[in-house]
Amino acid sequence: MTHPTDFLLAVEALTVSFDGFKAVDDLSFYVDPGEIRVIIGPNGAGKTTALDLICGKTRATSGSIRFRGKELTQLKEHQIVHAGVGRKFQNPSIYEDLTVFENLEISFPRGRSVFGALAFKRDAEVMERVEEIAEMIFLSDLLGERAEYLSHGQKQWLEIGMLLIQDPELLMLDEPVAGMSVSERIKTAELLHRIIEGRSVIVIEHDMKFVEDIAHKVTVLHQGRVISEGPMAHVKADPKVVEVYLGH
Amino acid sequence: MTPLLNPLKKTELIGFVILAAIIVILLPAVTDAFRLNLVGKYLTYAFVAVGLVLCWGSAGILSLGQGIFFGLGGYCMAMFLKLEASTPEATKIQSTPGIPDFMDWNQVTELPWFWEPFHSFAFTLLAVVAVPAILAFVIGFAMFTRRVGGVYFAIITQAIAAILTILIIGQQGYTGGVNGITDLRTLHGWDIRTDTAKTILYFVNAFLLLGVIALSMLVRSSKLGRILVALRDKEDRVRFSGYDVAAYKIFVFCFAAAISGIGGAMFTLQVGFMSPSFVGIVPSIEMVIYCAVGGRYSLIGAVYGTLLVNWGKTTFSESFPELWLFAMGALFIAVVMAFPNGLAGIYKSHVQPLFKRLATRNSDRRDAPAEAPAAIAE
Repeated sequence: MTHPTDFLLAVEALTVSFDGFKAVDDLSFYVDPGEIRVIIGPNGAGKTTALDLICGKTRATSGSIRFRGKELTQLKEHQIVHAGVGRKFQNPSIYEDLTVFENLEISFPRGRSVFGALAFKRDAEVMERVEEIAEMIFLSDLLGERAEYLSHGQKQWLEIGMLLIQDPELLMLDEPVAGMSVSERIKTAELLHRIIEGRSVIVIEHDMKFVEDIAHKVTVLHQGRVISEGPMAHVKADPKVVEVYLGH
Repeated sequence: MTPLLNPLKKTELIGFVILAAIIVILLPAVTDAFRLNLVGKYLTYAFVAVGLVLCWGSAGILSLGQGIFFGLGGYCMAMFLKLEASTPEATKIQSTPGIPDFMDWNQVTELPWFWEPFHSFAFTLLAVVAVPAILAFVIGFAMFTRRVGGVYFAIITQAIAAILTILIIGQQGYTGGVNGITDLRTLHGWDIRTDTAKTILYFVNAFLLLGVIALSMLVRSSKLGRILVALRDKEDRVRFSGYDVAAYKIFVFCFAAAISGIGGAMFTLQVGFMSPSFVGIVPSIEMVIYCAVGGRYSLIGAVYGTLLVNWGKTTFSESFPELWLFAMGALFIAVVMAFPNGLAGIYKSHVQPLFKRLATRNSDRRDAPAEAPAAIAE
């Protein structure tokens, strides 16, 4: 094992307990810069909770999460975002009352303080960046549309776009292709391939074909613990994994 | 780029101009001095309603204690005016001349320390805005950083309104108690009780209100305004877009408090007294009703809502004083159930399409829409 500071993200002995139930139990894993890590596991394995812990939505009971050597467990959510961690939620989480443009604009990483937001100007840089991202996420023609009128797949793309415009070093995606139509799924895979370049990504996904397609390394969780980790081929051959997850 | 601009802006601007015309030109032209003073009083509540549009409408933070801030602004102004009215010559029959009369009645023999700075008019003007804002900051900081929101926040603001009322009534020697601070006469030697003074104050109030609305429009059209809407909808997502949600909530709560304070100060000037009956739970909830009736998403609507409800209150309570509270309650229920977006919502969903249809029908002859928005006046 290399020295911990070489990792972009080092999760060590992470535990969270809800009234005695350990949703994540002594979890440790490391993500390299530029790595695409997929977390798989049966329902209730603690996958989403692990992401919640990293992005600060849930507070850890014990353990440490270091991002570029910086301890995240004590930071507030927005500070973790400022550090360079972006999170996409399982259900599309976008601002329904705002337009697609405004959704992206809010996610643009400038003017984040109260008075910064008051003084924020919609200048050429913002316009350009929003349009660039909109094109990437197939929503160029819908910039003026209220987000609530988008289809489920388009909402997922919009949320991915909102993350992209933040330009995080570590991108965490929770089931990015869930609930999508076949054609949307293909487009999304294509989109994900493009955006993961140059950053580290943690993805939770059930679609094995998709996982095989993108993962550098797979971590398998079961009951809050890592039961197997490594390249897809290795994980697939692991009898423990077959028993709790792939066998079904 | 055009489709990206908020289409509301243009109609909002027209609405603003019409409102300005109504309160600056129309109302003074058609009402006598007494009624105009009454309208002026109503318009001071509109400051609170405008604050609520930002706080409750935009950001989804329902405060049932805005009377606190209205009252504090009003008390700050009343303290200044009372000190000016309590010269040693005017109060020489008191056992301690030179202090406000109610202090003398309560055996207070020295002006309390927190009254001292209110000798200064500049300090008073600052305090009218700053005192409510600072209290709002303290409340907001305590609540929002702990993520207290929704109903819990509403109940706590209501409790604070009740506490403040009890405090003011209990500390009679320092605050004038249940009667409040009365018998206010002059502002820098200018008698505020005359009809001319009241008319001038009406206009000062009207322009201040328009200024506050314009400022609120600016806030709403900034990115901050969109973040408020975003956090009303998905507070968590805003956090994960990298914003400190509590700071934004504190800001909008303080902003609403500060403008409510201005309204309170103008109330004191126009009505000539301030009492705890404008601080507590009942007035605070009434102010929420003004905002709800006008439409909680509409800054302009809030002003019409305030005028309408108060006009109704005055008219009804003249003939059926005991029925008014029931009527008010019924109105609130009716608005919430049938017209959740208030007058502004009715205008938008019923009146505006009607004009659009008329406009298209007449479009061969001439362009009619310039006339259309005048309907808000009614």
